[in-house]
Amino acid sequence: MMLILEKRSEQSRAMTFLSPILAIGLTVVIGGFIFAGLGLDPFKALYIYFIEPMTSLWSIEELVVKAAPLILIGAGLAICYTANVWNIGAEGQLTIGALFGSAIPVYFTAWQSPLTLVLMLVLGAIGGALFGAIPALLKNRFGANEILTSLMLVYVAQLLLDWLVRGHWRDPKGFNFPQSVPFEGWQLLPLLGEGRVHMGAILAVIAVFILWVMMSRSLRGFEIRVIGSSPRAGAFAGFSQKRVVLFCFMLSGGLAGLAGICEVAGPSGQLQPTISPGYGFTAIIVAFLGRLNPIGVLFAGVLLAISYLGGEAAQVELGISDKTAQVFQGMLLFFILACDTLIHYRIKFAPGRGAAGAA
Amino acid sequence: MKKLIGSIALSLAMVFAVGAASAAEKLKIGFIYVGPIGDHGWSYQHDQGRLAIEKAFGDKVETVYVEKVAEGPDAERAIERLARKGAGLIFTTSFGFMEPTLKVAKRFPKVKFEHATGYKQSKNVATYNARFYEGRYIIGQIAAKMSKSGTAGYIASFPIPEVVMGINSFILGAQTINPNFKLKVIWVNSWFDPGKEADAAKVLIGQGADIITQHTDSTAPLQIAADKGAMGFGQASNMIKFAPKAQLTSIVDNWAPYYVRRVRAVLDGTWTSSNTWDGLTQGTVEMAPYTNMPADVAAMAKKTQAMITSGKLHPFTGPLYKQDGSMALAAGKVMDDGTLSGMNWYVKGIDGNLPK
Repeated sequence: MMLILEKRSEQSRAMTFLSPILAIGLTVVIGGFIFAGLGLDPFKALYIYFIEPMTSLWSIEELVVKAAPLILIGAGLAICYTANVWNIGAEGQLTIGALFGSAIPVYFTAWQSPLTLVLMLVLGAIGGALFGAIPALLKNRFGANEILTSLMLVYVAQLLLDWLVRGHWRDPKGFNFPQSVPFEGWQLLPLLGEGRVHMGAILAVIAVFILWVMMSRSLRGFEIRVIGSSPRAGAFAGFSQKRVVLFCFMLSGGLAGLAGICEVAGPSGQLQPTISPGYGFTAIIVAFLGRLNPIGVLFAGVLLAISYLGGEAAQVELGISDKTAQVFQGMLLFFILACDTLIHYRIKFAPGRGAAGAA
Repeated sequence: MKKLIGSIALSLAMVFAVGAASAAEKLKIGFIYVGPIGDHGWSYQHDQGRLAIEKAFGDKVETVYVEKVAEGPDAERAIERLARKGAGLIFTTSFGFMEPTLKVAKRFPKVKFEHATGYKQSKNVATYNARFYEGRYIIGQIAAKMSKSGTAGYIASFPIPEVVMGINSFILGAQTINPNFKLKVIWVNSWFDPGKEADAAKVLIGQGADIITQHTDSTAPLQIAADKGAMGFGQASNMIKFAPKAQLTSIVDNWAPYYVRRVRAVLDGTWTSSNTWDGLTQGTVEMAPYTNMPADVAAMAKKTQAMITSGKLHPFTGPLYKQDGSMALAAGKVMDDGTLSGMNWYVKGIDGNLPK
């Protein structure tokens, strides 16, 4: 007796939409058991983890600060993955975007004009897009696997950042700490309200809207869908797979770069050796949880932001490890992929040795 | 299902009721740590200070901490969270928390903040540090006595004045025993990175150092030293159980006296912002037992310790020369605290350059 996965001839549409909700539910239930296993009241713990971050204006603002980059990156990745293009290197594109944009305050420290900020944002997006173009070109020209190349380029980007902030770009007045000059005035994103919410949040919503329109109303969106589900059919329709690969990588890279410069010109206010707690990777979960739909990504981004803040709140209130957030994020991705698999496949018991073709 | 929702609501209500009843009266004290409290170094010792507060004041206080807070945008939120949770006194225990602490302090004028190793105070932000360089002078002397190769290896974190002054103090101590003593420095650019620290220790031992010392927080360098037959010093806490045959002594940060004093001041209503720099004299810096060395070396170390404690000896006493040979301090003069805390040059006798 052994288990095999058999492809379902038809997928339930309802389940496709229910899958993320199911995954969230499973995560919460298992999370409750984990809390109970730690000797905590699971209801109190889950309340602190998932609900409390939404009970005060301050933490809602912090939620927005955290969600904005996740949404920006996640929306771009959603398009990529729809086209069957696997950009795993958003973290690297974010880093390069931050570097491109930061060149302005680092080299033209005294330049203060609204144009400063605009140029920083544009450069950030360009930097991310160019860096994203590398794995796309490698794939198109040499057939290199983009999952590997984009992931490996993350380390290249991070080491470049590290080298710059410890060397040429270090603040001369910073007591030799590895930090760039602190950004000031128009080198920073304008704040919305009293807290730390910055313009990046608006950019994220605008990006989501534009991408949603593009995917649902434009020929380009149709092209991406067709290439994603059947490259051969796309080719007959005159769509170029290579063009789609390049477009998707540059689009998602550009958005990641924009998120990067928004982080640096927002909550950070300067370049540091690490500028992101792994937003580029968490955004992969966001994209899947959001069903590869830009609007869905908006909600998924908020949920993942809650998992970050909840982890911190749990540390303060319950005295448990800071690793909790990662456990929850991991469970969430695991369950959503598991649910998706079971939507596409059914489990069958097969007698004897494994049949060929078991996935 | 209905029953389940009901029980959730009930337990939530209970949580609120309990929370509201016990919150009053107690002084809530928050701590922000840069490392894990299990680092057995810097953050561990701050946490020992927190436990000392609990022991000293019992029911009158309640402490809470957040560990592994990155020195970046997330620090501000972690600090603000503690302030919002009703903390009346918050200790932020790493240099990189300076700006976030000041920002949050501005928004919470009634909350008192204590920032370790920083240099910017405000009305409700006090700063404090310890004169670790005093201990480093002693271990420099021990190193020069114990080393056969005449070379020590130093694993340094960031080239900030705090760290540079420690390196200088170490070599000045060593030079009193062996004027030609050599010191090799490796910068790992992290406060806590056991892997990198261990690699650095291996490289230094490979280059001929038979004494390893560190201005980073993990026990890795000492353990490597023990493995490779070299000797070493603990950092921040007594690390003897990680290297029972290799630790000579350790410079121990004992924050408890200062922490207890500051909490008492808040409870008495006498707290004011200040800048405190205590050392061996006040007990903030302590030396772990002198082990694995001959009696005469231990006696010398104890004598030096006593002289620094009583104020008879200051490690930075002229004549002092910079690495390039220029005079830094005239004969007989003692360096003032301002110059010390801005130190960004090596004294004569150190190999290599300060990273620029």
